Amino acid sequence: MPDFDVVSLPEPDHVDEGDAAPDFTRPLVNGEYWEDRSLADVVDGPTLLLFHPMDGAFQGTYLYNTVDDHGWSDEVDVLGVSISTPYAHKRLLADSGDGVRIFSDPGAGVIEEYGLAHDIDGMTGVTESRPAVFLLDADRTVEYAWVAGEHPAFPDAEAIDDAVANLVD
Amino acid sequence: MTEPQITLYRLQACPYCERVVRTLNELDVAYRSRYVEPMHSERNVVKRVSGARSVPAIVDHETGVTMSESANIVEYLRGTYGDAAADGGRAVDAEGGA
Repeated sequence: MPDFDVVSLPEPDHVDEGDAAPDFTRPLVNGEYWEDRSLADVVDGPTLLLFHPMDGAFQGTYLYNTVDDHGWSDEVDVLGVSISTPYAHKRLLADSGDGVRIFSDPGAGVIEEYGLAHDIDGMTGVTESRPAVFLLDADRTVEYAWVAGEHPAFPDAEAIDDAVANLVD
Repeated sequence: MTEPQITLYRLQACPYCERVVRTLNELDVAYRSRYVEPMHSERNVVKRVSGARSVPAIVDHETGVTMSESANIVEYLRGTYGDAAADGGRAVDAEGGA
C-alpha cells in the first residue's frame, strides 16, 4: 500500500476497447479559434482522444507536456476534452500541446456519455472527468483504452507509446 | 459533411456580429461560426483571411468574397442572397455567369 491516500473510484461503465467511440459535437479549440465540430467529422485517421480534469489543474498541464515530450501529435491526431471553456483551452494551448485541439464540454454531457463523470469533493455542482485515454482508428473504433480507477491517477505514457506504435505501423 | 457556404469569424456577445448572424438567419444562408478572442493580438487568423483583425468578418466560399465591417457584410448578403433566397441561391450563379 502506498503511504499516501489514493481514493478508489467506483468501477465505471465506460467506453472500452472494441467499442465505437460515441460521436458528439462540441466547440473544438485550436491555437487560433474555436468552432462546433463533430468527432466523426474530425477523426480521419489514427486519433488519440484524451479526457482530462479542468484546465489549470496540474493533471492537464502534465498531460500536454507528456504529449509534447513523446511527440504523439507527430504520429497521430491528438484531441483533448475537458469541462473548461474555450478561452481556458486557448491559454493552455499557448503553452503546450503543440498541434493539439481540445473540445470544450462544460456541461460534461460528453464526459457522462463516455462513462467518465466524477463528482469532485469540495466543488459542489461541478462534474469532472476522470483522466482517460482512447486511441481510435480512422473509423472511431477504440484500439486502446485506459480510464483512471483511482484519484489521482495518471495515464501510462509508455503504454500509450506502444499502442500508438502498434496502430501506426 | 458538406461545408456551409459562409464562414463567420465572430466574437462572443459582439453586437455587430449578432447583426450579421440575424441577417444570415433571415436570408436562410448556411454558415459556420469561428469564435476568436477579444484581444486584437489574438486574432491572427482573421488578419490572414480578411487582411484586418476586425470582426465580424466573413468568407463566402461560394463567391470567393472575403469581407469585414458589419454594414458592408449585411449589404453584401442582401445584395447576393436577398432575391436569391427564394430560388435556392441560383441568382449567384447567374451573376457569376453574366
